[in-house]
Amino acid sequence: MLTRKLIAALGMTVFAVPGAIAAEISIVSGSVGPDIAELRAQLDEFEKQSQHKVTIVEMPASTTDQFGQYRLWLSAQNADIDVYRTDVIWAGQLAQHFVDLTEPMKDVVGDHLPSVIASQTVNGKLVAFPMFTDAPALYYRTDLLEKYGKEPPKTWEELTATAKEIQDAERAAGNTGMNGFVFQGAPYEGLTCDALEWVASSGGGQIVSPEGDITINNPQAVAALEMAKGWVGTIAPAGVLAYQEEESRGVWQTGNAVFMRNWPYAYALGNGADSPIKGKFEAVPLPAGSGGSSAACLGGWNLAVSEYSQEKEAAIELVRFLAAPEQQKARALGNARLPTIPALYEDAEIKEKAPLVAAWGQVVAAAVPRPSAATQGQYNEVSQNFWTAVNETLAGRGDAASNLQRLESQLRRLKRNAWK
Amino acid sequence: MANVSLGVPPTEKAIETEELGPVRRSTLSRQRLRAAWLFLLPMIVVLALVAGWPLLRTIWLSFTDATLDTIGTAEFVGFRNYWEYVDYGDGTGEYFGLLHDPAWWGSVWNTVYYASISVVLETILGLVFALVLNAEFKGRALVRAAVLIPWAIPTVVSAKMWAWMLNDQFGIINDMLMTLGIISSPVAWTANPDTAMWAVIMVDVWKTTPFMTLLILAGLQMVPGDVYEAAKIDGISPVKVFFKVTLPLIRPAILVAVIFRALDALRVFDLIYVLTPNNSQTKTMSVYAQENLFQFNQFAQGSAASTFLFLIIAFITLFYIKVARLEFGGGK
Repeated sequence: MLTRKLIAALGMTVFAVPGAIAAEISIVSGSVGPDIAELRAQLDEFEKQSQHKVTIVEMPASTTDQFGQYRLWLSAQNADIDVYRTDVIWAGQLAQHFVDLTEPMKDVVGDHLPSVIASQTVNGKLVAFPMFTDAPALYYRTDLLEKYGKEPPKTWEELTATAKEIQDAERAAGNTGMNGFVFQGAPYEGLTCDALEWVASSGGGQIVSPEGDITINNPQAVAALEMAKGWVGTIAPAGVLAYQEEESRGVWQTGNAVFMRNWPYAYALGNGADSPIKGKFEAVPLPAGSGGSSAACLGGWNLAVSEYSQEKEAAIELVRFLAAPEQQKARALGNARLPTIPALYEDAEIKEKAPLVAAWGQVVAAAVPRPSAATQGQYNEVSQNFWTAVNETLAGRGDAASNLQRLESQLRRLKRNAWK
Repeated sequence: MANVSLGVPPTEKAIETEELGPVRRSTLSRQRLRAAWLFLLPMIVVLALVAGWPLLRTIWLSFTDATLDTIGTAEFVGFRNYWEYVDYGDGTGEYFGLLHDPAWWGSVWNTVYYASISVVLETILGLVFALVLNAEFKGRALVRAAVLIPWAIPTVVSAKMWAWMLNDQFGIINDMLMTLGIISSPVAWTANPDTAMWAVIMVDVWKTTPFMTLLILAGLQMVPGDVYEAAKIDGISPVKVFFKVTLPLIRPAILVAVIFRALDALRVFDLIYVLTPNNSQTKTMSVYAQENLFQFNQFAQGSAASTFLFLIIAFITLFYIKVARLEFGGGK
């Protein structure tokens, strides 16, 4: 076995394409759902094409946990990692550690969504190249809504009422584990997304405006958080205060929730062969608040090449490969990951096999970004102050009005004269 | 008595018995002193490198404007990370810095609360377990080994395991309590602000009671059996024997065990980071420091927090040693 591997390796080196020298590179990536398995499959393909060898360094699902580790590695100028999978909100905070991709990607950059490219450009430097984008959906159980003669909700009020009615009726009928609605309520970056959607869809702004003004303390935002607080313990389980994406999907996919707020990846998994809710659910854009319109938090992951990599050329080659239309399409079909190439939303195969992805083109186009550009290097602290205020409101520690008042003064202290 | 003479180095005894002159004695002791320093030197150098240098550097960085990306070029800014008044120029102003951050004082309170309750519980339970394991019964060796299991599991693993056991939907704890009829609906132990800290304390007690048991058991085994025989002959009640004989004799062991545990508990990080991440109810000093150092762009303030963490722990330890010694003196 070993000898065969050796011979194969020797063969590869001897018969490698002239000019291309095989390099060993590593990519670090967080993992939600089947991310890593899918990445490995694409890397195998890449290895075959390029003769390079790629290892995956796997990280936990929480973007907050990943960021702390990456910042440490990058500040220590760690040369072990060549390619980082980066969250859409990190560009401003980590810009100085990544290679400028403007030049190497100039022939393909025009194929991608301008808003996504703009989010990864810091002072004219293209910090990271998009792998996939993300905009959440409201998942609902078609069988249950049909049973009780309901339509998918268009507003949060409708959602609250429908969830309560179905949950109570199901529980009365002996289905005691049923919950109305699950979302991400744990104190982490995901809650910033969820809460931003409640606030923005009610006309309460984006926490910090693109000009850098602190706008979060307003009546619409207070009302939105009070509404969400009313869900905990009624239509949402009390434990939602500790749920991240995978915990909420756990409740949903075991058939114990009427509604779920989650990213599109849950669509493909929910229709997996072993899923109890296979074929029993659909997804629609998130509801709107009173006097507002539906707002989806812009997510997504990108690929950045470390400034300290010894194999920059091979690393850029890998980024180019993983961001290419073929790979984006494969991710859309396999894992419902949203492409950053607009043309793919018109692709016949995607339209047929991944209708959610095809339908999400306009949701992505209208998605609300988190204030990472306006708050620059202080975004993480802003976000942490925000999610703490929201989590405490949901947990019943202080009401929304006083918590947002305190948040405003915290943010003002952070900002002082200007974000930096 | 055999114990006592074993504790004295034989050379010293030899010096006394051989009745050597004062000159020769001092040369010898000088030689011994030199040898002692020689043997200690490698350890001092290593300690200075791995403990002293990072500590001094952290203290230095807390007086600079360092961020994680500019550690090499950080400049001295005085006490700004601890205490600073910013004048907004319009007659108003605000205090900033670690000592003005309510989140810091919240985490100090959380740490002290967590450390005192968990260490007290672990000491009492550890003492009980040690007394049981010290008694002769069938299968004692097996039980002694079994008790150690929680201590042998890495904290991150046991924290994750407990996180699932305490989960509100799939957790076995809620399932058991509901089957027994103690609670009517599932409790979100780690998410509920009223129970989050107690969940952390409970997991810590579960994990580190074996450590206390082990140290106290070692102390118990040093107590000579003839003391108990004498008490038995005199007809003293077992309760009185425990408080008048056992407890004073194992007191040094307990005091050492408590200081070990307290130092660990005051620095707690991994358990909280995994079991209740980012929860402001359970945020300890170490978690606060880690956040500022690596999550936020506040390396200098994180260093200030680390410096204070060190000072607070040093102060508590010195205070404890002083109090414990005083009691020792009074007891004798």
